[in-house]
Amino acid sequence: MIEGVCQRAVELEVAGLLIEFEALPEMTTKPEWGLEITSLLAETLKRFHATRGLRTALRLTPNDTRELRRPPLMRKGEYWEGMLKFFDGAGSAGADLLSIESTGGKEVSDEALLNVDVPVLVFALGILAARDMRFLWREMVKACRESGVVPAGDTACGFANTAMVLAEQNLVPRVFAALVRVAAVPRSLVAYEMGAVGPSKDCAYEGPYMKAITGVPISMEGRSAACAHLSHVGNIAQALCDCWSNESVQNIRLLSTFAPTVSLEQLAYDCRLLNTAAGDGDDGVRRLRDWLVESDAVRDPQAWVLRPDVVLRISKQIVEERTCYRQTRCAILAALAEIKRAYDAGQLRIPAREVKWLAKLQRDAEALPDREEELVTEVLGMPLAAKFLTESYGLDV
Amino acid sequence: MDTFAELQQAIIDGVAPRAKELTRRMLDDGIKPSEFFPKAIIPAMDEVGRRMRDCEFFIPEVLIAARSAKGATDILRPLLTGDESVQPAGTVVCGTVKGDLHDIGKNIVAMMLESAGFRIVDLGVDVSPERIIDAVREQQANLVALSALLTTTMLNMKGTIEALVGAGLRDQVKVMVGGAPVTESWARSIGADGYGKDAPGAVELARRLVAQA
Repeated sequence: MIEGVCQRAVELEVAGLLIEFEALPEMTTKPEWGLEITSLLAETLKRFHATRGLRTALRLTPNDTRELRRPPLMRKGEYWEGMLKFFDGAGSAGADLLSIESTGGKEVSDEALLNVDVPVLVFALGILAARDMRFLWREMVKACRESGVVPAGDTACGFANTAMVLAEQNLVPRVFAALVRVAAVPRSLVAYEMGAVGPSKDCAYEGPYMKAITGVPISMEGRSAACAHLSHVGNIAQALCDCWSNESVQNIRLLSTFAPTVSLEQLAYDCRLLNTAAGDGDDGVRRLRDWLVESDAVRDPQAWVLRPDVVLRISKQIVEERTCYRQTRCAILAALAEIKRAYDAGQLRIPAREVKWLAKLQRDAEALPDREEELVTEVLGMPLAAKFLTESYGLDV
Repeated sequence: MDTFAELQQAIIDGVAPRAKELTRRMLDDGIKPSEFFPKAIIPAMDEVGRRMRDCEFFIPEVLIAARSAKGATDILRPLLTGDESVQPAGTVVCGTVKGDLHDIGKNIVAMMLESAGFRIVDLGVDVSPERIIDAVREQQANLVALSALLTTTMLNMKGTIEALVGAGLRDQVKVMVGGAPVTESWARSIGADGYGKDAPGAVELARRLVAQA
């Protein structure tokens, strides 16, 4: 597969190719397997560079296998030890970038998604996930510095993309999925606070917020990932990207060739268009950006919150807050205000059955306490508290 | 006099205190406990399932309806005696297969099946065939529900079915499979008894499979 992809990349004269190896759980619980595959990929990329001049980079994304145990042990145990071994071996295996799709807090946020529960969501993201990101990325950045690998970035895929897919299946309101997207921003920012430098993971659709606040380059996927999951943000996701990506392309033979190579070609043409626009000066590149934005934004609140102007306005408010909890709360209230303003002005379409949810979500968000300690006490009194271990998150109780 | 229709509506609307209050009042009026299930609780949850299937209800609305139904059921169950005892629609051992960590779809299906009267034994994620076999034996299950989200892990569905054959349990259970990469033809090819396209579909499938057994 990698040979076909690289060969086609050469034929299409791509400017640069970022290959991501996203491990399967067995490759992380047995890191020697994952590292061996990493080496094989790295060798191939090195060969294509040496012989064909193909500029490449290899992103290694181990699994967050801590979630194999429920409730998860986040800071110790066999799964954490396996992950550390994988991080430590990334450089010598030939990886250039290290990423992860971390899931700290997911055991709680999944409950929040199914119940459309704003306070539990804010607890999961703004309190648990944020703490875990600080712990995890301290270790990842340290491992990267010792092995000469770039600490690239994380994603809120397990939170916000899960919400996006549930919304796509009509299981939760789209307006809620839009809030989850923005609520995940403070948590994802922690990776960069701890030393990650980008490019962000491609499934981090919150990437525009990372870019607006930190300036890091962002990798994005959108319509190019429709083979993995459907969405209403297929075009707007491309509007601000630095790397344009696909996702989970099944290695099956199509009429022309194998599907991953087909997908590479589609990405290559997209990037050719984007680079042509970028070379056309400010007017050209902004025009394309605006077409990508306007073609999606009006149709879905999840697209609306990815508009560059909305991203900038919400980001300015997020960075005014000093703690991740308050940033998460702020993000939700700001996103609600943007969605409501756009809906009331007739700029954004929201399905009729979702309109009552806007009001409910507003009430729930406004009821969030000022102090995170109050929310912690509230959640610890719920049956849900059995789903996580406070010591796994350094929560003093 | 309070009616089954009012109780149905309280369940559908997810108003648990009203559902409980109506249940108590109707019991006081002499309604037999066993009548509540076929005349109110099961039709109410069937309507909830229909609304979810027809995109009128989101998951939280289904959940609060299920909680209201449970509120009524918790009052009724201790009062059911002997022949009146309401048996579960079936006992389902469910899990996400070995190597796969995705469980939100499986959790939704388990919740829907429980709301429809099935007893659920949820083994979680990364479930080996051996754990499925142990649970089927211990719980006397008649249904196994397997979920996978990856093309690489869906192969373990086949392994689980083969393990059930090897353990001599295949005839005891009906196996239903689901998840994003799973298809009807895949389900047939690995010897599953049914394929669930989505959560409401899984309930209909489970009922059909139990009826076939």
